[in-house]
Amino acid sequence: MRKAILLLTLALFLASSGPALAGDVLKIATEGAYRPFNYVKPDGTLAGFDVDIAHALAKEMGLDKEGYEMVIQEWDGMIPGLLARKFDVIVASMSITDKRKEAVAFTEPYYYETGSFVAKEGADLEISKEGLKGKTVGVQTATTWARYLEGVYGDVVDIKFYDSVQNHNLDLKSGRLDAVLATSFYMSSWLESEEGQGCEIVGEPVSDPEYIGEGVAIALRKGEKELKKRLNKALDAIIADGTHKKLARKYFSVDIYPYGKK
Amino acid sequence: MDFALMLTSIPDLLRGSIITFELVGLSMLLGMILAVPLALMRVSHRLWFFVPSYAYIFFFRGTPLLVQIFLVYYGLSQFDQIKGSMLWPFLREPYWCAIIAFTLNTAAYTGEILRGAILAIPHGQIEAAKAMGMSRFLLLRRIIAPQALVLALPGYSNELILLLKGSALASTITLLELTGITRKIIAETYKPFELFLLAACIYVLITFVLTRIFNWVEHHYTAYRRPPEEMEAQG
Repeated sequence: MRKAILLLTLALFLASSGPALAGDVLKIATEGAYRPFNYVKPDGTLAGFDVDIAHALAKEMGLDKEGYEMVIQEWDGMIPGLLARKFDVIVASMSITDKRKEAVAFTEPYYYETGSFVAKEGADLEISKEGLKGKTVGVQTATTWARYLEGVYGDVVDIKFYDSVQNHNLDLKSGRLDAVLATSFYMSSWLESEEGQGCEIVGEPVSDPEYIGEGVAIALRKGEKELKKRLNKALDAIIADGTHKKLARKYFSVDIYPYGKK
Repeated sequence: MDFALMLTSIPDLLRGSIITFELVGLSMLLGMILAVPLALMRVSHRLWFFVPSYAYIFFFRGTPLLVQIFLVYYGLSQFDQIKGSMLWPFLREPYWCAIIAFTLNTAAYTGEILRGAILAIPHGQIEAAKAMGMSRFLLLRRIIAPQALVLALPGYSNELILLLKGSALASTITLLELTGITRKIIAETYKPFELFLLAACIYVLITFVLTRIFNWVEHHYTAYRRPPEEMEAQG
């Protein structure tokens, strides 16, 4: 009996220690809560621009279906998870910032983003230090927009941090928030959806390079120079052969990458 | 290990701990007020007392605390009637939503603990009190309450510790209590190990103080169980 328990424990231990090793399979992490960039479809599969880009890059790198795997990771555990080797690359609309560069390495950008303030229609909100004084603004924690809001309006605005964009949008609708700040692409697609009815973009898009960084790129661990080289080469290839543009057109009516200009 | 970061984060985390204290303290008090009638209804043999209390406890013990918090915070705000009501100034704030959810949750568990304690009182005592002509209220005040409250102490201290740890879930509705502050600093520094370790130490410290207090209270109120010599030795 005792032997059986021992064997069982050993078996469980071995079974649980198996998947911890990334091994030869390239593990690609995304958030799955950031429509239209990455989201989970009703059938449980991942979809969105980031996800399409990830598949296209894997194909370009010569990986077959067994050669890579997409995993879902919550946003605030994204970089810690990468560093803990839970996965190998992040394709989750992550902007390149100096702060992040201290922790991880980035490929070349695969798109460029701006931010938008969104409020209820007719809220008559002015996006300035005076206009936002005493207002409550929601933002997703650990994002470029959170840093921007704290850095620029931190002294006048009551900032509420959320774990996902969906949750701060819920609170915008319920009236707990006067406004939210998030990626323009995300917010404009949300405003077109049924949930977004009754809200509107206020003010000009936020594109302050000090906060926005140098575009959105794929993050990987520092020191993985070979992988970075392969990813950059694959990225160049899908931009050159039009795959990137074709995928982007599925989701956006404006260009999110300066094709041919770089 | 970034010890400098751990040191500089201590004041922030302590500020968060104050909110954790408030959440646990207020919910504990309000929960106790709810739990006493719940427990009395639960031991009643009358159907219209027993059934609502049973259903309440069944629901709150049978669903995750996180789901209860989301029901109060995101769920209720979906209804325009609630947003128009006089409750909205409270329900608007994540702070009160957390307190409401914690209170309702802990009341259910505390109610069960009290019920167990009431049932643990030897039936002979109650019969004897009734035979002496004590009224229901006098029976409760003189015989049941003093003993049941002491019997409930170990279980209740356990519930309080669970509530303290459960209060970490308030961070999911934008409250910057101990866990919320910790997660926010991690989001800025990408140093989860250092900060979660620090937060864990603070939780352990609070738990330690809580258990000490309960041990002391229990020791104090169970003097009648110890032999007389020991009591004299204590003075």
